[in-house]
Amino acid sequence: MRNSPHKKSRLSSYFGNHLRVSLASLGRLYAQPIATFMTAAVIAIALALPVDLYIALDNVGKLSSDWDGSTQISLFLHTDVDKQQAKKLQHRLEKHKHIKKVEFIDKEKGLEQFKEISGFGDALKYLDQNPLPIVLVVHPKSSTNQPDKTTSLVKELGKNKLVELAQLDVQWVKRLYTFLEIANRSIWVISTMLAIAVLLIIGNTIRLDIQNRREEIEVSKLIGASDAFIRRPFLYTGLWYGAIGGVLAWIITLVSLILMENPIHKLALLYHSEFRLSGLGFENTLLLILISCALGLIGSWLAVSRHLKDIEPS
Amino acid sequence: MIHFDNVCKRYPGGHDALNRVNLRLPKGQMAFLTGHSGAGKSTLLKLIAMIERPTRGQIFLDGVNLNNIGNRKIPYIRRNIGIIFQNHHLLYDRPVFDNVAMPLIIQGYRRQEIHKRVRAALNQVGLLSKEKSDPITLSGGEQQRVGIARAIVHKPLLLLADEPTGNLDPGLSEEIMQLFARFNQVGTTVLIASHDLDLIKQMGSPMISLQDGKVAHNGLPFTVNDANVPAR
Repeated sequence: MRNSPHKKSRLSSYFGNHLRVSLASLGRLYAQPIATFMTAAVIAIALALPVDLYIALDNVGKLSSDWDGSTQISLFLHTDVDKQQAKKLQHRLEKHKHIKKVEFIDKEKGLEQFKEISGFGDALKYLDQNPLPIVLVVHPKSSTNQPDKTTSLVKELGKNKLVELAQLDVQWVKRLYTFLEIANRSIWVISTMLAIAVLLIIGNTIRLDIQNRREEIEVSKLIGASDAFIRRPFLYTGLWYGAIGGVLAWIITLVSLILMENPIHKLALLYHSEFRLSGLGFENTLLLILISCALGLIGSWLAVSRHLKDIEPS
Repeated sequence: MIHFDNVCKRYPGGHDALNRVNLRLPKGQMAFLTGHSGAGKSTLLKLIAMIERPTRGQIFLDGVNLNNIGNRKIPYIRRNIGIIFQNHHLLYDRPVFDNVAMPLIIQGYRRQEIHKRVRAALNQVGLLSKEKSDPITLSGGEQQRVGIARAIVHKPLLLLADEPTGNLDPGLSEEIMQLFARFNQVGTTVLIASHDLDLIKQMGSPMISLQDGKVAHNGLPFTVNDANVPAR
């Protein structure tokens, strides 16, 4: 090629061209702030939704793992067992090698709790005496915290003469885990669908962009622009949409976390827990923005490979 | 430079735009292509610029058989050609300078080089003072000259012009043609499609006239039946 500039300047101008084109694409987006913002916002919302769900699930998972360490066994004593006998039993059990702690819930406290939780407080007034038994809540040592060991402990405790019923509060934990698994799956399904939606949104936006710049594409082809050269600005536009959408999604997530934090903290205090919402963290934030950029790039690639061929000079 | 060997072009629908055309335009030659509209002038230029492909026959450009050029290689063929249109195809969203710089940016020239060459090209068409203007603010003749500057800024081997003076008054038309003659003098091969016979005669360059897709008259110095293989 007689007219080609020499190699070294070609290479540096290749990167120069990328930089120039990426900035030019950003400039185009900046020139139409409202249209850009709306497209980016749609992308951001589509991304923020699964991210928020993920955070919620992640937090529930953390919360339940706290509970998991404290599987409880409730010992409902016979109603004729008095406080002294119960206390003795408590002290005895606390020395048991598999037991960490035993909580004592006497009849009055049990009644109070029952009133609070059940809402039958008024009905209970009509009873002449407290029908509730004394309850000992046994917290096994964490080393014992395996299903079969706990079960044998429950059996052992159930044999005690004072105990009417020994109940392992573990069923609901299992149920919660199954539920979390289902929720986890659904988040993946939702995320996949929304990712496809993002691809379509970006693809359509780029398609319109291509239509608007038809003349420029035709002229560029006529004066010898390669397909890669013509593709480049559109790919960068898609990338920028992805990047802006990703950052907006992060902001949305942040805001929703802040909105949720106070009520959740209050709730946690009611349960005497120091639980606090944990956010995305640095790595996941980076991942979110990277995924968003990738979606932008893929979406624009789909549009470009589909529509640029249709535009040929005539 | 350009060699047409028994070239036929039939458009979908069965219209024969070119029928067994043989042509040989030597390097450094300037020539005019005439004929009434529909005679195949534009088709012939489009075949050279690879906007269309021939149905039959072979076209050689600077010794390269265009039939052997895949679609991906077309841009590199076009970089050796400067194309000028009747409606000049300027982009109105950017100033004159950026319009003219397009071929250089596409080919990856450096900034300083682009600056130098664009200004030189604009100087040659007499529009250096308008480099920052928007094309829409220029007159028709000036816009056409910007189009010419864009076509010659990368110093192509071949200049193709399709009715470059179609919309201009006689004075401006002559000015444009003189411009082409000047590029030809420095070695560029020039092929201009035009129906302005008076102006063509005035220019004194050879004329090829097409009629119904066939060469009706060939004023080129080399004969059509010259059976030489194309120069490599």
